[in-house]
Amino acid sequence: MDWEPLVLTFKLALITTAILLVVAIPIANWLAHSRSKIKPVVETLVSMPLVLPPTVLGFYMLVAFSPENAFGGWLNQHLGIKLIFSFGGLVVASVVYSLPFMVQPIQSGLSSLATTLREASYSMGKSKTTTLFKVLLPNIKPSLLTGVVLSFAHTVGEFGVVLMIGGNMPGKTKVASIAIYDEVEALNYGAANSYSLILFAITFAILLLVYLANGGYLKRPNR
Amino acid sequence: MISLNLHKKLGSDGGWMSLDVELSVDKGQFVSLYGESGAGKTSTLRMLGGMLQPDSGRIVVNGETWFCSEKKINLRPQQRKLGYVFQDYALFPNMTVEQNLEFALYKNQDRKVIQELMDFMALGELRHRKPESLSGGQKQRVALARAMVPRPDILVLDEPLSALDVRMRTKLQEYLLLIHREFKLTTLLVSHDIGEIVRLSDMVFELHNGQLARKGTTDEFFGLNKTSAKFRFSGEVLKIQQEDVIYVVSVLTGNDIIRVVIDPSEANNLRIGDRVLVASKAFNPIVQKL
Repeated sequence: MDWEPLVLTFKLALITTAILLVVAIPIANWLAHSRSKIKPVVETLVSMPLVLPPTVLGFYMLVAFSPENAFGGWLNQHLGIKLIFSFGGLVVASVVYSLPFMVQPIQSGLSSLATTLREASYSMGKSKTTTLFKVLLPNIKPSLLTGVVLSFAHTVGEFGVVLMIGGNMPGKTKVASIAIYDEVEALNYGAANSYSLILFAITFAILLLVYLANGGYLKRPNR
Repeated sequence: MISLNLHKKLGSDGGWMSLDVELSVDKGQFVSLYGESGAGKTSTLRMLGGMLQPDSGRIVVNGETWFCSEKKINLRPQQRKLGYVFQDYALFPNMTVEQNLEFALYKNQDRKVIQELMDFMALGELRHRKPESLSGGQKQRVALARAMVPRPDILVLDEPLSALDVRMRTKLQEYLLLIHREFKLTTLLVSHDIGEIVRLSDMVFELHNGQLARKGTTDEFFGLNKTSAKFRFSGEVLKIQQEDVIYVVSVLTGNDIIRVVIDPSEANNLRIGDRVLVASKAFNPIVQKL
């Protein structure tokens, strides 16, 4: 069996999750505390990937990033970046596609904290950033864990977006989910089964770990 | 000295309420804001702390303008030097008692203050405990100590003792007085407990539906200077019963119910739920140890 698609899948998921964590925290913080009028619009945009067929997202990205078009051409000419049919493009697409899975848990975690925690910290002269990192985020660890794991798992399970924007290039854009499709098309049921089983086992293990951790089963009993 | 003149439209259960407060507090005073819940007491404190922006008005503290709608001055909460104790304590759950206090240190502040305050508030043994494992009274002491870490001149307390039982309250009231005197603070307390207010404060401001209804020194306010009674309790009318030509009124004070005989003209002025003062001149009271 060829391990390359699996390695690529987890590499993609890892990088996507890391980027998402950095991107999602400010967005979630803003969404949780802002009273701006454009907040519903931003919320909608962030949640779109939940309901939109992945192929729609993939199609528009394919069009946008294509060097034939303005944005893709600009990227290609000035920064030398080609996002279609490349690993970089997969990362960008995955970040957008999994954004709600990271933003929503963190946002709801932050909203559930008592406002007085923030106000107390401010009244002690602490900045918004200090308050976010020292007071708010440490108190929503379960939400952070949920966000990280869901984004990771969701990226592992991605198919439509990846196929549209990445194609099926071994070692570059051929992730496990596409490899399975490929093997089935070639009537290679044995190989398809190996990939599927490994994905099944790993995602089961990851999700189980989250529920165990957030349910408090892994904690030592309290004194 | 604190001088407030604030106007704010607040959304409440029954629609909109207009909050208009004008008050001034002298340095070193212990002042209570008294009134029913929803009267605007907490909102007044939050506007002083910078957590709620008034629609118009001014806040001047010790000569420094914290808020002025005309000059468009509005200091951030971080810039307003005051210690704030919240009704729900707002202790940080991820930090131990000691870390909660340390978090409140300002830049380059001497750490000595932490030990002093822990000794002062008897928190030494709780040092490494997380807030979730503390009792209500202990949490309150931590919150009080934490608010004092940056050495503010002004201490603001939002119904700090309302969730505690009577014994704990009495003990914490002592701590409050001690802190107020020791650190020469100007203290603002929001409370609807008359006993607490009488015990702690010099001045009382009463808010009613967002308006300043009455103000005065504590003695004036509760009419304590008008009687020379040896006994006086404040309480709440529970029941008014007619028995032949007299009326018997039952008053709840603390955990005791007192039954007092009154005449019909007095009974007409009383309603169930009224706050009253029961006073008596006693010449030879009996004091018995319990």
